[in-house]
Amino acid sequence: MRGALGPAVDVPLRRTLPRITDRLALLGAVLIVLITLAAVLAPWLAPYPADRLDPVLGLSPPSAEHWFGTDSLGRDLLTRVMHGGRTSLIIAVATLALSAGVGVTLGVVAGYAGGWIRDVIMRITDVFLAFPALLLSVALAVVLGPSVTTVIVAIAVTWWPWYARLAASTAASIATRGYVDAARCLGVPAPLIILRHVLPNALTPVLVQISLDAGGVILIAAALSYLGVGAQEPTAEWGLMVVQSQTLFTTNWWAVTFPGLAILVTAFAFNVLGEGLRGALDPRSVRT
Amino acid sequence: MPRYLTRRLGQAFLVVAGVVALTFVIMRVVPGDPAVAFAGPKATPEQLAAARERFGLDDPLPVQLWNYVRDLVTGDWGTSLRTRQPVLDDLFQAFPASLELVGAALLLAIVVGVPVGVLAARYKAKFPDLGVRVTSMLVVSVPVFWLALTLQTVFAGHLDWFPVAGEYDRVLDTTSPLTLWTNITIVDALITGNWPIFTSTLEHLVLPTLVVAAYPMGVIAQMTRAALIEEAGQDHTRLERALGFTETSILTRFSLRPALGPVLSLIALVFAYAIVNGFLVEAVFNWPGLGRYAVQSISHADTPAIAGVTLLVAVMYVVANLVVDVLQGVVDPRARAR
Repeated sequence: MRGALGPAVDVPLRRTLPRITDRLALLGAVLIVLITLAAVLAPWLAPYPADRLDPVLGLSPPSAEHWFGTDSLGRDLLTRVMHGGRTSLIIAVATLALSAGVGVTLGVVAGYAGGWIRDVIMRITDVFLAFPALLLSVALAVVLGPSVTTVIVAIAVTWWPWYARLAASTAASIATRGYVDAARCLGVPAPLIILRHVLPNALTPVLVQISLDAGGVILIAAALSYLGVGAQEPTAEWGLMVVQSQTLFTTNWWAVTFPGLAILVTAFAFNVLGEGLRGALDPRSVRT
Repeated sequence: MPRYLTRRLGQAFLVVAGVVALTFVIMRVVPGDPAVAFAGPKATPEQLAAARERFGLDDPLPVQLWNYVRDLVTGDWGTSLRTRQPVLDDLFQAFPASLELVGAALLLAIVVGVPVGVLAARYKAKFPDLGVRVTSMLVVSVPVFWLALTLQTVFAGHLDWFPVAGEYDRVLDTTSPLTLWTNITIVDALITGNWPIFTSTLEHLVLPTLVVAAYPMGVIAQMTRAALIEEAGQDHTRLERALGFTETSILTRFSLRPALGPVLSLIALVFAYAIVNGFLVEAVFNWPGLGRYAVQSISHADTPAIAGVTLLVAVMYVVANLVVDVLQGVVDPRARAR
């Protein structure tokens, strides 16, 4: 999923966005808007209060009153799935902001400075990238203790090196541009050059990569919760909802199916949008 | 070539050293009290003191790191809190089953993924292409544990087409015991001609293999499609068209070989991903591999075991990458220059 982004071109995102002609990517964008609205407005839109228990109606199948049915505690699953979207989106946004912040900072410095600074930073990213993301997050989450914050930190620790590498290669190519040379000749100090010239121009590929990665982060967060080292009750989280109902799957299919579908649809939406953005950014993939 | 080999080996060694250091940091520096991690959350003060003594947790960190590295190199990877056995023994016991599952899954992923990618490239922007793109995006977006649960409930539970869980029918251990050679059940059953266990293992493999194969299948199909479409813009394609080859034979006879290079170099990455994705699948299907071991360790807060799995998989990944790079260096001299 996280392949090279093609040639590092310093095109601003606002000139890239209108070039998304791919209908699948547009479907992804529409889905993301809908999912975000449902998640953000969950306290007002959801049919029931988030934690309302109804022991009498425990494990009732989908009906007109409970579109997605209820879980074993009689909580309305549609409400829980909508609130679960809040958890997933918060985790995705916080994780990506944290890892992109750390990764881009180190990457831009590495790419602009070059030499031994770049070597050291790149060797450190090599070490982190030797761990499959889920594995390192699990190890960290076990040590840190289960919570939503743990999930964010654990995934960010495994994710920043990708941004560091991407930003480093983009920054290295930008560092050879004429406007950077001009600034250097005028005596502009290096930190200011990085901040004013390199960073803004290196950002587009990173933003595209972020949209490509959101789906992956949501999947890993759900997996961590499924493994019991992520979000905990009473937080509504899709992976947690699946693990809580998995023994009831044969008799109460809805309690596992709907939270799982929510993960699938959200990850799918981010993945197709990311692919579309990447296609729009990479001139080689322009359709003939 | 020798220079490339030394440089690449040196690099791999540095990464392994870094991996060991990072594992050390996670296990000894990040936790508030590492003694709890080693003695278990329910340990008595005496047990905590014993763990401190045993692992030298009161020593300065550099001394601890040195001892840790020395223990790892001499094969002492700690003792599992759950099984009470040396972690390295546990890992060796569990690894063949994971290899069996992931091997089968990657085989399936390549056998299905490459032709599907060719199909999509042949009918680019037409209906088959859209179908392949949507399907491959769906299979890389599906949460594996949920897919595993769903297939298990539908095809093993309701339809009863396949066994629910396990590697093979354990009754067969008494009726036709397996002679171990490689410790990979299906291979051993095949070479010793143990048909009851062979067929039973095959039946048990179907569902977990499908789930583990889903992600690599999608990635391989997408990569093949993209690489073939890029080849279509190359000069050789124009020549082949002028010579009157059909589109299908241009794709399969000329474009596929150069296009498969990047796809194959992806295999190392996909392999590591499949092993870790296999963790969740093994837990659902009770497959006796590294994944089930890791998941059981997680629920018991068995830190030494988790550290062991983490280290093993990371080192395996470094080695797999090294092998792929060296092979590419042998095949393609340009790769050595990078």
